[in-house]
Amino acid sequence: MLARDESALKRTPLYDLHLALGAKMVPFARYDMPVQYPPGVLKEHLHTRQSAGLFDVSHMGQIELKAKSGKLTDAAHALEKLVPQDIAALAVGRQRYAQFTNETGGILDDLMVTNLGDRLFLVVNAACKVEDEAHLRAHLSDVCDITVLADRALLALQGPKAEAALAKFCADVGKLRFMDVAELELMGLRCIVSRSGYTGEDGFEISVPADGAEAFAKALLENPEVQPIGLGARDSLRLEAGLCLYGHDIDTTTTPVEGNLTWSIQKSRRTGGARPGGFAGADTILAQLASGPQRLRVGLRPEGRAPVRENALLFASTDSAEPIGKVTSGGFGPSLNAPVAMGYLPAAQAAAGTIVFAEVRGQRLPLRVAAMPFVPNGYKR
Amino acid sequence: MTTLYTSDHEWLKIEGDIATVGITNYAQEQLGDVVFVELPKVGRSVKKAEAAAVVESVKAASDVYAPITGEVLEVNDKLGDEPALVNSDAGGAAWFFKMKIADKSELDGLMDEAAYKAHTA
Repeated sequence: MLARDESALKRTPLYDLHLALGAKMVPFARYDMPVQYPPGVLKEHLHTRQSAGLFDVSHMGQIELKAKSGKLTDAAHALEKLVPQDIAALAVGRQRYAQFTNETGGILDDLMVTNLGDRLFLVVNAACKVEDEAHLRAHLSDVCDITVLADRALLALQGPKAEAALAKFCADVGKLRFMDVAELELMGLRCIVSRSGYTGEDGFEISVPADGAEAFAKALLENPEVQPIGLGARDSLRLEAGLCLYGHDIDTTTTPVEGNLTWSIQKSRRTGGARPGGFAGADTILAQLASGPQRLRVGLRPEGRAPVRENALLFASTDSAEPIGKVTSGGFGPSLNAPVAMGYLPAAQAAAGTIVFAEVRGQRLPLRVAAMPFVPNGYKR
Repeated sequence: MTTLYTSDHEWLKIEGDIATVGITNYAQEQLGDVVFVELPKVGRSVKKAEAAAVVESVKAASDVYAPITGEVLEVNDKLGDEPALVNSDAGGAAWFFKMKIADKSELDGLMDEAAYKAHTA
């Protein structure tokens, strides 16, 4: 008997299509994924902002929660033990950004939660999906049936021309507003379509049965305004949009408050709300909400042309000995035509306009704390 | 004028005791869109295989090594304003720096065009 090869990279249902499109493939979260196509990261990034980009995000985890009682509110209240968000008040056909927290208030993963009426639909990060499933089973199995949708692909169609491109398959997608979700039939495939994404642009994420994913992706790509986009541009797009990358900008050592995600914690779960606390790490998170965090994730704009990348240490001055923070994501923003970064700073030094210095190749380069997103959102609210 | 190549994908054009250094077309294709170039200071003495310049794409930063030992005589300031020149004309207008060759025998270890083509094939 052969031992199972744990090192073998997994493939999404679109693997053959990526190769046919000339993608450069790289390992990412145990999957063999396209990092870029022949036009390259810069052109793919700009194409998405100007037209429409198609991303294969099938490596992400798709999970359904169904209450054993048949009542959705039971599943919602159960999930609220693991996230600081208000899930019970999430309306049918609506999606919300959430975080799984640990006992110290750190973030185990960030995710999207959708109310599909009879069940909750979760989309989680690829690198965390095995642990997330175990976490859900450990805490919710008595209340919920937990189903991992391993037989579904996930496509993202992002950019100002995404709606027109997708409406050719189903006119109803035009009725969706930002963070709306509907179960729709596209090319005869039963899909879960949300109006959301990870680029800062208007767009959709489409959960599609795996066996129809390639035909559907090919049909979308027949439109010359839709181009395939790799993980490289996905990263530069989300960075310009000020969106967190799990494992970099947020992790088990950062709370949602420190991560500048306080906006995602509804009043009902805070002190004085209808259902305050009751989630993992609530003591820490509620205390930070009351008195402010010691440190905060901020946007950073390097003053020069040199990109300041992940793990660069941040200093208060050109000659101070002790670092005050660290860059957690950084690179070049093609739409800004300038370098852009995010990182953590002490709350007292986190105000927009503050100048800090990053150490890059032995030099201290100035950066200005800046509001995020760095480029305006294109969401259809 | 002789053009020589390193296994790290730099080219050198030799004129007398001066070498002009850049990165090859193969290198720029591997890097992708160049968004930033950091050049050495004029007058700096660099040792063979020492990091002398940095070239950055959207994704990552890469070092450019001094292919031989010598003093930096001149740098191509144009790359500061127009880093994309590295993509459009790696072998020509996008030269990085000129250096005074300290020891001509170091050139013996470099590749000619035919050998470099075989190296990247």
